Amino acid sequence: MSTLVLDAVSRWYGNVVAVNGISMTVGPGVTGLLGPNGAGKTTLIALMAGFLSPSAGTVTLDGRQIWRSTEVHRTIGLVPEREISFGYLTGRQFVLANAELHGLADPGAATERALGVVEMTEPAGRRIDTYSKGMRQRVKLASALVHDPGVLLLDEPFNGVDPRQRLHLMGLLQRMGAEGRTVLFSSHILEEVEQVARQIEVVVSGRHAASGDFGAIRRLMTDRPVQYVVVSDDDRRLAAALIAEPSVVGVTVRGVTVRGVTVSGGTVSGRGGLDLAVSDLGSFAVRLPRLARDAGVRIIELTPTDESLESVFAYLVST
Amino acid sequence: MNATIARLSFQALFGRRRGLVLMVVPALLIGLAVLIRALTEQGVGYELVDNVGFTLALPIVALLASSAVLGPEIDDGSIVYLLAKPVPRHAVATSKYVVAWLATLAFGAVPLLVAGLVIDSSDPRRALAWLVAGVVAGTTYSALFLGLAALTRHAVVVGLLFVLLWEGLLGGLLRGIRWLDLGAWGIEVGASVSSLVPPPGTGLTYALIASAVVALGSVWFAGDRLRSFTLRGDE
Repeated sequence: MSTLVLDAVSRWYGNVVAVNGISMTVGPGVTGLLGPNGAGKTTLIALMAGFLSPSAGTVTLDGRQIWRSTEVHRTIGLVPEREISFGYLTGRQFVLANAELHGLADPGAATERALGVVEMTEPAGRRIDTYSKGMRQRVKLASALVHDPGVLLLDEPFNGVDPRQRLHLMGLLQRMGAEGRTVLFSSHILEEVEQVARQIEVVVSGRHAASGDFGAIRRLMTDRPVQYVVVSDDDRRLAAALIAEPSVVGVTVRGVTVRGVTVSGGTVSGRGGLDLAVSDLGSFAVRLPRLARDAGVRIIELTPTDESLESVFAYLVST
Repeated sequence: MNATIARLSFQALFGRRRGLVLMVVPALLIGLAVLIRALTEQGVGYELVDNVGFTLALPIVALLASSAVLGPEIDDGSIVYLLAKPVPRHAVATSKYVVAWLATLAFGAVPLLVAGLVIDSSDPRRALAWLVAGVVAGTTYSALFLGLAALTRHAVVVGLLFVLLWEGLLGGLLRGIRWLDLGAWGIEVGASVSSLVPPPGTGLTYALIASAVVALGSVWFAGDRLRSFTLRGDE
């Protein structure tokens, strides 16, 4: 059982702050590191794996300093995001080389075991440059697992991996976590993270935005003011009905445009529609259809305008 | 020294196209020597060994070999797979150096002996002297270029500038350069084997010590750079 501790860690490159005063403890089980692209996830993983010195603060593994220690690599298995460029080796040769570099007693057996775990025993005889993205990902994982590490760090392991292999990888990570290993992986997709991890750490713009159980994080991300555009056959009547709803905090009538304009998707939005700000997404979703029917208004179009992950994260940071 | 790193470096060197270029250079040199010997008298055109083989082919082979064992892996970040291991970084650097060094000797220094013998088989001692000069200079060149590859991703350009501008152009114009000229130190050592090799005049002791300092210092520097290797994301 190993625990990674980041204590007030910052990392900057010149004037650019990549990681800003982050403290977190990563213990046994699967932890998801969630954040949009460019949030500093790779920087954090590099700090945890000993491939970056913190500008301030400390990164320790079971109390030992990680930077410039070659011994920590006996405990850590790292799966970087970068492609392996050892295309001239076969998968087996590559994993075997990793086993040898760890100084294992029986590198051949360890190689076969690791290849078996990621289900790559059969294609392991082929050169890596003939592999698909998912196969490369699994060979990288095998090379990180070959010494049976207590800590496994993975940077965007599901990127570009097809759904079937993704499921397999997810199952694998869950198993590693259940075995008592400390598994941390990064992702920019909430659904991906909550399928595998119980504990989620959210990083936005180099700052630690949220930390906790996946249910709490999910609630934090969905229970927020949401912007909608709703188009109906009588916007003003709908607006009057909507503003009486407790979950609606703002209604604006959009400017009227030329009649009969067809928008892509086949919906007629000759009328301008309404801009809505909704505070409680759950009850709004239930109330809206009933409210429209009672008012005798037909809803033509309902579009969330800020569903992008960036706006979710932006909201998290501002709270 | 780590056998696995050495094996991987060897595969990196010869598993790619760059490895073939490494063999083209000495093949050209020996081909030219054969051509000269076929067209002229024995012993004519020995300048080929000095001016082309030693001054040009040897450093280029060293540069190609040293940058090939380290440069691409640092450039694309895949060296993390070698460094995320309980292997001392200096051992990684040394193992890579040994591979580059052996390649430099085989494809840079030994061809000097072969070319020398082809052009003038009557004086094997002279060819041997150039082999010795090549071994000494090849040892320092490959170390220096390994250090460069660990320092900058433009190691090949910097290395070429060093060889062509500093040692080639300035070294020919200003005699003082010989004190900071890896090639001159090699020739100095070679000159002690045969009187037909003109010594640049730094003295044998200085040449040996300076060569050893540059070789050991560069390999140590490469290892130290690897200890501080930083992983950067694409973001």
